[in-house]
Amino acid sequence: ITEVCGAKRVGCFGPAQFYIALKLIAAAQSGLPVRIESIKNELPLPRFMAMKNDSEIRYGNPTEPHGVKFQVPHATLEKNSYKRTDEGDKQEPKSPPMSPICSPPASPSSYQRTHLSYGYGKSRNGLEQQHGAPYEVRHSTHQQDGPASGNYGAKSTRACSTLNRSLSVEREAPDSSAHYADDPWRITEEQRDYYVNQFLSLQPDLNAFISGSVAKNFFTKSKLPIPELSHIWELSDVDCNGALTLAEFCAAFHLVVARKNGYQLPETLPETLLPDYLQAASLKPIHDCALFDSYSEPLPGSQQTRDFNRLEKTSAEEVPDNSGLIKDASKDDKQVLKTSIAIKPIPKEFQHLTVKTVAQESIALRARPRSRSYSSTSIEDAMKKGEEPPTPPPRPQKSHSRASSLDLNKIFQQNAKAARSGWLPPPPPALPPRPSVTQTEQASEVELHPQMTRPPSQAEENSSAKKEVVLTQLPSKPVRRKFRTETQALENPELSPTINVTSSLPAVKPHLPVQKQSSKQKRAIQTAIRKNKEANAVLARLNSELQQQLK
Amino acid sequence: SCAPPQNYPLYIRSIPTENELKFHYTVHTSLDVVDEKISAMGKALVDQRELYLGLLYPTEDYKVYGYVTNSKVKFVMVVDSSNTALRDNEIRSMFRKLHNSYTDIMCNPFYNPGDRIHSRAFDNTVTSMMMQVC
Repeated sequence: ITEVCGAKRVGCFGPAQFYIALKLIAAAQSGLPVRIESIKNELPLPRFMAMKNDSEIRYGNPTEPHGVKFQVPHATLEKNSYKRTDEGDKQEPKSPPMSPICSPPASPSSYQRTHLSYGYGKSRNGLEQQHGAPYEVRHSTHQQDGPASGNYGAKSTRACSTLNRSLSVEREAPDSSAHYADDPWRITEEQRDYYVNQFLSLQPDLNAFISGSVAKNFFTKSKLPIPELSHIWELSDVDCNGALTLAEFCAAFHLVVARKNGYQLPETLPETLLPDYLQAASLKPIHDCALFDSYSEPLPGSQQTRDFNRLEKTSAEEVPDNSGLIKDASKDDKQVLKTSIAIKPIPKEFQHLTVKTVAQESIALRARPRSRSYSSTSIEDAMKKGEEPPTPPPRPQKSHSRASSLDLNKIFQQNAKAARSGWLPPPPPALPPRPSVTQTEQASEVELHPQMTRPPSQAEENSSAKKEVVLTQLPSKPVRRKFRTETQALENPELSPTINVTSSLPAVKPHLPVQKQSSKQKRAIQTAIRKNKEANAVLARLNSELQQQLK
Repeated sequence: SCAPPQNYPLYIRSIPTENELKFHYTVHTSLDVVDEKISAMGKALVDQRELYLGLLYPTEDYKVYGYVTNSKVKFVMVVDSSNTALRDNEIRSMFRKLHNSYTDIMCNPFYNPGDRIHSRAFDNTVTSMMMQVC
């Protein structure tokens, strides 16, 4: 298996090799021969069952290097559960494997939970992917791999848009899509299309070369320093003929893009960027063209669904503080990234989330905001860099979509019961307005107290409008958002007693988002929190209107 | 060491790293000898030429091999004489590898001839060769 997955060739278990190895293990356990082709087969049950065996094997093999630079979360349950134990622990590859051994009750229970959480059959794989999404989100936060998570985001959005097809894609092209998540050296289809278009702009014939001087001028436009460009060339010009084929060009372009996103250039060309790999992959879209054509089509449609999602999400802000933060940040990202998110998988994902232990969730949720700020800045950088000629490919795809999809999904599910009538959210605000918006929002929150005594009818009138305002205020910098929601959390207990003064507002119990074990209690708390937030939103809106009246 | 006609080194690498200056000096002196040989060759330009110096100093013995490319880029290799396992053929093959690596560098449009060589691929080639020798 080691040989087949290429680890021997590369000399270590990179993410791609690791996943191939895991798949091969699953294949071997399901009785399939250990060949590269076998991982392309559908491996539903073996994959799942292989999780335990696989993990045991992994645990028993502590020499397996885990300290790869990019902890690419795998879209399988095994990886998810494995990664869960691994959370935040990249430097000690052995300790996470060892810990489940040391605490056998914990790991089987976690497996049990995952067993229970994720049914089987068709929904399973969908669940896997959604389950993958939160874990990968969590993982990405630790990694601070903005683009990497964006890769997964691209993948998950695609998967979400067509569950079945994404399943087939994942099965049939495990190398490309299953390892998609977080692998910054993997070229997404969108990126590939972009590169091909750029190639065509330089050289009309796809089979011809781009000469060195032409390529040099082209890549110099990316404003990378010459030594780095030189290194990129070295990596990508595999046949060293001074000219780039389409595959080499894609690899080079991808390296440029990665470098601009802050990635260090590798010493050797990653497997996924090898020309023969790229050429093989370029044949795959023919097979998966149905998916990708549909992907490009639903993209505008799904953008509408995204808007709808956002609107559903924001219309009822009943999320716990942490996830509220993430929601805001994800909305932020959404506006920047324009990722499309389907509604269908959201409920399932939310089911996962509710079943998960609250502790894990809270850890994850809290962990995410931290990196959220990190990743959002890289998004901003990416967006800024995106203005340079030639406009880079949809790089934002690489970042945070996954996390944002998680948040959106979760939040949507929470709001599903209380779906308000939709109203279109305002177009994504530009970056500059955000700080001021945040400040006004904070100001409005602080002044909620004086507004408590306002007549409730007015509050009700403004409730829908208030939500709009809140939405505009929501896409703010995550760091500030975090601070604000923390203060908001503190304010909530304060506000809720005073909120009760206004009769029309629902009676809100001053619940802190205490993490409880039973999902029912959690749901009740979430409902209460949602109502709290609604009240806050109403009052904030009220306040802003009054302030305007003052002017 | 890799030196163009102007005789400034584009690339110098030595193992072990102590006494590096001495090696640099040796390389420079040997460049003169290479030039001498080039001029002596006359018409026969493209040739794998070797420069074999015996004991340069009584205290240490090492051999200096030279190699010139079409574009008059000189490669100088200094090896320890105690390494008797190194034979002529091996030296030639090593120079050939060096030449190939150098050609690859030249293919890179971002490389200007006359720049110092920072190519990692070239480094890797040289390192692997040196590992073989040492």
